[in-house]
Amino acid sequence: MTPPFVLPPYAALIGAAFDRDEAEPVLVMPFSDAVLGRPGFLHGGAIAGLMEMAAIAALRHALAVEGGGRIKPIGVTVDFMRGGRDKPTRAAGSVTRLGTRVANVEATAWQDDRDRPIAAARMNYLLDRS
Amino acid sequence: MPFDPARLFAARLGGHYAALGLEYRGYGDDWVELAIPYADALVGDPSRGVVASGPILAMMDVAASAAVWLRHGRFVAHATLDLRVDYLRAAAPGRTVVGRGECYRIARSVAFVRGQAHDGDPADPIANVTGTFMAPEGYR
Repeated sequence: MTPPFVLPPYAALIGAAFDRDEAEPVLVMPFSDAVLGRPGFLHGGAIAGLMEMAAIAALRHALAVEGGGRIKPIGVTVDFMRGGRDKPTRAAGSVTRLGTRVANVEATAWQDDRDRPIAAARMNYLLDRS
Repeated sequence: MPFDPARLFAARLGGHYAALGLEYRGYGDDWVELAIPYADALVGDPSRGVVASGPILAMMDVAASAAVWLRHGRFVAHATLDLRVDYLRAAAPGRTVVGRGECYRIARSVAFVRGQAHDGDPADPIANVTGTFMAPEGYR
C-alpha cells in the first residue's frame, strides 16, 4: 500500500507510522515513554491522536479517488474500552459516508486482536473540494 | 489527604505529559487549567502550522480527570469512558493552547465533565469538550 499522505510531526512525536504489511491504511504505534499515561498503560490522548490520524488517512485515501480536497475536523467522539498495555497499538479508519461537504468517519484502535478494540472513535470532517 | 493538583503535576511530568510539554496553570473547587506551549513537534497540519487535535484532546482529558478528583475531594482510580471534542476553529500557529476541564456532577460510579480550550482569549475558544469518567470501585 502507498501511504495516502505524509504523516505530520505529531505522528513522529507519538512514534506512529504506516504499517506497510497492510493493504489498507493502518497506523502502528509502539509502546514508548512518549505515549505513557499512568504506569504501564498508554495515555488515552495518544490513542485518540492515533485514531484521528488513521481517520484522516482513510478519508484522504477515499478522497484521492474523487480528485482530493482539503479536510477540516469538526468534531470527534472517543470511547475508551480497554486499557492500552505494553505492546504495539494499531488504528484504522473507515469512511462511513463521503458527502460533498461533510465526511463521516469511524476509527478503531486495537492491540492483539482487531475484534477486541481498546478504543473507537467517530469523526466528522468538513470538506473543501474546490 | 485532600487532592492537590499542584503536587500531582509537579510529580508527574514524565511520559506523554512531558512529550506534549504539558504545563500546570491553576485550579478551583471543581476545575483544573493546563497549557501546552506551541511546538513544531505537535503540528498535525504542516500546511497551516496547526497543532494536531491529539495533544488538545490529551490535555482536556488530563484536566478533566484532575477536576473530578478536585470536586470529589480526593484521588480515586478511574478511567475515561468517553470524550467528545468539537473543534470550533483551528488554533493559531505559535500560540500556547490553554485548556480548562471542569467536573459538574459525580454520580455513584460515573463522573461528568466539560471543558474548553483557547489560544489566548477564553471568550473565543478553539474547542469544546464533554465526557465521562468511570470509577470501577465507585466514587465513595
